[in-house]
Amino acid sequence: MTKKIKNLNLNFGPQHPAAHGVLRLILELDGEVVEKADPHIGLLHRGTEKLIENKTYMQAVPYFDRLDYVAPMNQEHAFALATEKILEIDVPIRAQYIRVIFCEIGRILSHILNVTTQAMDVGALTPTLWGFEEREKLMGFYERVSGSRLHANYFRAGGVHQDLPQGLEEDIAKFCETFPKIINDLESLLTENRIFKQRNVDIGVVTKQDALDYSFSGVMIRGSGVPWDLRKSQPYDCYEKLDFKIPVGKNGDCYDRYLCRIEEMKESISIIKQCISKMDKGPIKSLDGKISPPSKKEIKQSMEALIHHFKLFTEGYRVPKDEIYTAVEAPKGEFGVYLISDGSNKPYKCKIRAPGFSHLQSMDYLIKGHMLADVPAVLGSLDIVFGEVDR
Amino acid sequence: MNNLIDLEKKINSELTTKINRTEIKYNQIYLETDKDDLIDVVLFLKTNNDTKFRQLIDITVVDYPENNQRFEVVYLFLSHEFNQRLILKYTIAENEIIPSITSIFPGANWMEREVFDMYGVSFKDHPDLRRILTDYGFEGHPLRKDFPLTGHTEVRYSEDQKKVISEPVKLEQNYRNFDYESPWEGTKYIKEELDNNDKKN
Repeated sequence: MTKKIKNLNLNFGPQHPAAHGVLRLILELDGEVVEKADPHIGLLHRGTEKLIENKTYMQAVPYFDRLDYVAPMNQEHAFALATEKILEIDVPIRAQYIRVIFCEIGRILSHILNVTTQAMDVGALTPTLWGFEEREKLMGFYERVSGSRLHANYFRAGGVHQDLPQGLEEDIAKFCETFPKIINDLESLLTENRIFKQRNVDIGVVTKQDALDYSFSGVMIRGSGVPWDLRKSQPYDCYEKLDFKIPVGKNGDCYDRYLCRIEEMKESISIIKQCISKMDKGPIKSLDGKISPPSKKEIKQSMEALIHHFKLFTEGYRVPKDEIYTAVEAPKGEFGVYLISDGSNKPYKCKIRAPGFSHLQSMDYLIKGHMLADVPAVLGSLDIVFGEVDR
Repeated sequence: MNNLIDLEKKINSELTTKINRTEIKYNQIYLETDKDDLIDVVLFLKTNNDTKFRQLIDITVVDYPENNQRFEVVYLFLSHEFNQRLILKYTIAENEIIPSITSIFPGANWMEREVFDMYGVSFKDHPDLRRILTDYGFEGHPLRKDFPLTGHTEVRYSEDQKKVISEPVKLEQNYRNFDYESPWEGTKYIKEELDNNDKKN
């Protein structure tokens, strides 16, 4: 007598520590081998795009912090660049350096979180504890410059909200001296670790062709050997003036992506150092009073500044009718904003292109034929943050 | 092709009638086509050796409720080889079904699902057209301009029924949309007058 064996359907999440947020994954298992994965997303959907359509350009910025909340300023950057291009305003050079410094800090924040939690997913607890201590310092920098550890709301069209407080440059420079040692410590725990390698090498392999077909970007495409980084290929702000390398993987597996992230952190440190040494004193936002608000001091002295202040914080600024797509290299990949303005003070449409959305989509194809225990490893190396996937 | 103008010429000469309008703006090419030519145009852009737009960045829709052709469907492409971006657009009326490009770009799957979810635009030949971002059992298409910002229903846990229930939104105070736009500048007749004066001078 033959017995019919039915595949097992397993519900993974939405509350699972290895799901990196609220992901519900319906897995079809044949024994311990995954046959099919169907991610159910949207549990963190907040309607960001709809909300942005109902807010002025300045009020829209905080929504970007809440997308990929481990690297908030990188998102703001994309939106700031989009509005700047339509408004045709120039950003003062100091503001560009400040923005790049904080984008790179965001990249380190994101990569620390990803590398260490991925290690935790495959069984190593110590890296998380060591890495998070450093994240805390970086979020301290965020707080000192913007007033909040996470939701910075710091970038503006035309520059940044305010200048760096006294002593911050020196402290960031000091951090750049101590942090490489921490990266080395993390590497000594993980890179040659037998268990870590067994869990990651040859897991979740992405070929070059698939990386293109599935709209991958960032580390996901570089891990597969495509040297593509928007900071180099379509430079924005002052990236052209900086000297840095783009680490590229070879095999496109989880382990190569881990190596890429580690190397990128080292490059980020070098970028921050260069920015600090090249930075001069100067204005930190566009001097156009119709776009960037005047300082408190000016408001007390100048009637025109007072009017500008009042107008900017009630009506906001108007953006001429146009449409544009701008993208930045966020830690997770290409983060883009497709902005349509209609000449009023609110965006007509603001489509947010989140890298994680495309990456998570490929879960089914990446995990097919792998074991159940590889699901967290692959998920970890995709670098998913639900804030941006669900929007 | 590395040069945008050459690329524009190439696309125009190869696709001729399939392209309604081209424009170069902000270092990107904007193309307008028709719904029926979509597959041909996308295939050409992907496979031709002078274009090589081999990565689909995103698909989205823009809603213009006052137009007859209500929706504008937008595709964003990227060519790694030539380091160029292309934006492809066409307009459709409400309830029109448009072709899916999942067979050309597998990555289009979720993007089309999102468009379906947010705007209610249906795709032909899509392998798995389900809602993606909204809740199970959600009704309506949130990103349409006529969908209210506060939505129609809200969910809560009902202590009586011991389950999550959804009921019509009740707000103590309705969403207030203040119109801060100043009538004193940017009004059309003043702008037109100014423009006319500029022309005269």
